[in-house]
Amino acid sequence: MVRIVLRRLTQLSVTLIALMTLVFFWLRSLPGGPVDALLGERATPQTRETLTRALGYDKPIWVQYGRFVENVVTGDFGNSIRTGEPVTAVIGRAFPATVELAIAAIIVAVGLGIPLGYLAARYRGRLLDNATIVVTLIGISIPIFFLGYLLKDWLTQDIHVFPPSGRISTGADNTDVTGFFVLDGLLTRELDASADALWHLVLPALTLATIPLAIIVRITRASVLDVLDEDYIRTADAKGLRDATIRRRHVLRNALLPVVTTIGLQTGALLAGAVLTEKVYNWGGLGTVITDSISGSRDYPVLQALILLAAVVFIVVNLLVDLSYAVIDPRVRVP
Amino acid sequence: MRAPGRQPDRLRALIAAGVLAVMTIGAAGCAESDRDNGADKGAGGGTFILAGAGDPKNFDPIFNDDGESFRPIRQMYDTLITHKPGTAELVGGLAESWSNDPTGKIWTFKLRQGVTFHDGTAFDAAAVCANFDRWSAMKGEAAQSQMIYYADVFGGFAGSPDAVYDNCKAPDAGTAVVTMKKYKGAFPGAFALTAFSIASPAAMKQYGADTVTQSGDSFSYSAFANEHPTGTGAFTFGGWNKATGELTLNKNPNYWGDKAKVDKMIIKVIKDENTRKQELRAGTVQAIDFPAPADRKALAAEGYQVLERPAFNILYLGINQKNNPKLKDLRVRQAIAYALNRAQLVQTKGPGGAAVADQFLPSTVLGYAPDVQKYEYSVDKAKQLLADAGATGLTLNFYYPTEVSRPYMPNPQEIFTVLANDLQAAGIKVNGVPRPWNGGFKDDVQQFGKQDLHILGWTGDYNDPGNFVGTFFGRAKPEFGDQSMTEMFSAIAKADATVDQAAKKTAWEQVNRDMATKWLPAVPIWHAPPALVTTKNVQGLVPSPLTAETFNTVSITK
Repeated sequence: MVRIVLRRLTQLSVTLIALMTLVFFWLRSLPGGPVDALLGERATPQTRETLTRALGYDKPIWVQYGRFVENVVTGDFGNSIRTGEPVTAVIGRAFPATVELAIAAIIVAVGLGIPLGYLAARYRGRLLDNATIVVTLIGISIPIFFLGYLLKDWLTQDIHVFPPSGRISTGADNTDVTGFFVLDGLLTRELDASADALWHLVLPALTLATIPLAIIVRITRASVLDVLDEDYIRTADAKGLRDATIRRRHVLRNALLPVVTTIGLQTGALLAGAVLTEKVYNWGGLGTVITDSISGSRDYPVLQALILLAAVVFIVVNLLVDLSYAVIDPRVRVP
Repeated sequence: MRAPGRQPDRLRALIAAGVLAVMTIGAAGCAESDRDNGADKGAGGGTFILAGAGDPKNFDPIFNDDGESFRPIRQMYDTLITHKPGTAELVGGLAESWSNDPTGKIWTFKLRQGVTFHDGTAFDAAAVCANFDRWSAMKGEAAQSQMIYYADVFGGFAGSPDAVYDNCKAPDAGTAVVTMKKYKGAFPGAFALTAFSIASPAAMKQYGADTVTQSGDSFSYSAFANEHPTGTGAFTFGGWNKATGELTLNKNPNYWGDKAKVDKMIIKVIKDENTRKQELRAGTVQAIDFPAPADRKALAAEGYQVLERPAFNILYLGINQKNNPKLKDLRVRQAIAYALNRAQLVQTKGPGGAAVADQFLPSTVLGYAPDVQKYEYSVDKAKQLLADAGATGLTLNFYYPTEVSRPYMPNPQEIFTVLANDLQAAGIKVNGVPRPWNGGFKDDVQQFGKQDLHILGWTGDYNDPGNFVGTFFGRAKPEFGDQSMTEMFSAIAKADATVDQAAKKTAWEQVNRDMATKWLPAVPIWHAPPALVTTKNVQGLVPSPLTAETFNTVSITK
């Protein structure tokens, strides 16, 4: 276990250094830049020159890189070009929003996906199975953006069941403790704030959960079918074990291994999906920050930090997945 | 948590204690009628919620240059001179009146009496001078680089040979005398720029307003700019919740002018225009800015008030004479103008209220000449002019931006398509070159001048012809590529330097006539008014051509 963690941490360091360099040069190779983005139509040669100098973009690229590495090593990611806030503050504010949304989506995807996948396998070839296959195919195929607008149009415009956007009602004076609005409401006993935040979570979480849900259903179904064909299941059955015991102890537990891997991979995909979902629902998380930083102002400091953060999250999630193997499957613990 | 005007809901509280897995069922169980949009309703008071399109940068006027920052700033601060509501006409703001000497260098402002800043300190001539002196003497390249309008209008900072500002004197508490080193045509219009709003000297000192620090690639601003903006405006700062994108402004009970009719105003940032529309329809906001042009008719049909701002912008087809020698020939440029069916473009692609432009400034601006050459659509004339110029079979690279929507250019791709078709019909071959707005378009067009043709535009900052025509054509620029139009540059400089207003008007009118007949460096396309949309119960909102609305006049009726 310790060896797995150490190996992954080493991989993490190497990945981050490579990524840091790549991102730095990639961003600067893009046409356009923060100076023009900030000045817009009002750019005159003088203002452009002053701003370029003030931002340090007149320095040679290797000087800029050296300064960037020095800052990152000291934990200083700089300030957002757009807002002037420290990058850590921008990300710190957006991170809980995205994590809250991702957790809700993964709960929906796992909570529905594993049982549905299991039932589809168990009733293989029957109506439930066929319906599941068709619905999950639609789930995988439908673009998040489109689904988001569809759900919004239907459930916030045609019938006013859910709010169209945001994390909480406008003007609600909820107490912000952790940035996780649902949790904050519980911590501060402002239960109506939690309910309000949950209310706003429903549509974005459903939208974001669609693809992982569909994939989890299909992987679970395939995995359960594989396990059902294994000799040890037949043996267990022959030994006279109860169906429920076989299902719980032998089928589901063995079938879960690839499902857990999928969940880990989908967590990374959720971050990508969050960009679109957050745009549709004006969510204000990392996805929104990424969009604003690229299309709005070429906010290099924020983009650099975000990409590094995404890499860290992805690697850490995969490490957790690896570790969870050890919990689910004792064979993994054996060197 | 209390949503304004609503009691917490027991059912919702119960749901909160539940698990996310059942949230769909639980949430659906909550009736939609339980939702609150935070808006109190009634003839007076209440909360007015407006959905804006972007985050404000900060709230120190001098460090800003974008509309999303200026919207809240305008509610919290005042300028010496302002615009009559709904027009671009200059009227007194914090100054009841103003005058200039015959040289146009000395500006005397007679100030309103009894005005106080939000921190309770008095507004007087000393405060005015403190603001002017602060701007001029701002230290540090970081801070100076963020003073876009100051650098543009005042030429530079103290010590710079190009600096226009000299000094400000306060002979008495009610009189401020601002002296310039040279006359500049931008005044008095530029005194109405929101960037030149007057802030409380005491608050600026207390919260270190001038402290703009650089960290890595970027800047950070003071507590004054972020947390304690202090002006004289109709609303005071109530907080900027960045997590929810909500800016709260509270009624200033001591406002010198018409006091706000609502108790509170919330500006909710919703960047997606479709989402803004949906929030309006859901009743969670009462006004939205910059609706999609295609939505305006539908919203009006649904009973919303679509408030069109009088147009104060211009979309033009730029012609770069550098890369293709044929474009140096006036006849070729005239052929391009004749080839464009602008009336049809306005009809098919223009936002509601758009009108064909025959010059580069709207009719409300001084110097507009009603008798300029119009270039009515005529393919035959275009073909004839091309033949006369020996430019038959002309091929042009037409750059247009993607990933952008501007009030004057809501749909660049579609505009390009129509214009390109018109040109092709006249026998001009067009190579369309799309470039992302922030990913190459502005660089290629404005810095490197790679294009032959391009579409671009401008929204005016203040009521002065120099802010339109002078901005585009006052000097040689890579965008238009011709260094040789010295006659045009000097005519514009001369008009801009004319102090007497009547003579200035005449000079600019002639510039606009010559622009159409003699120089034609670009073809004006349209003036397209941006709009605001409100629910039926919003009263008193006066749309401004400069998108400079103040919301103290807004009330919410039942």
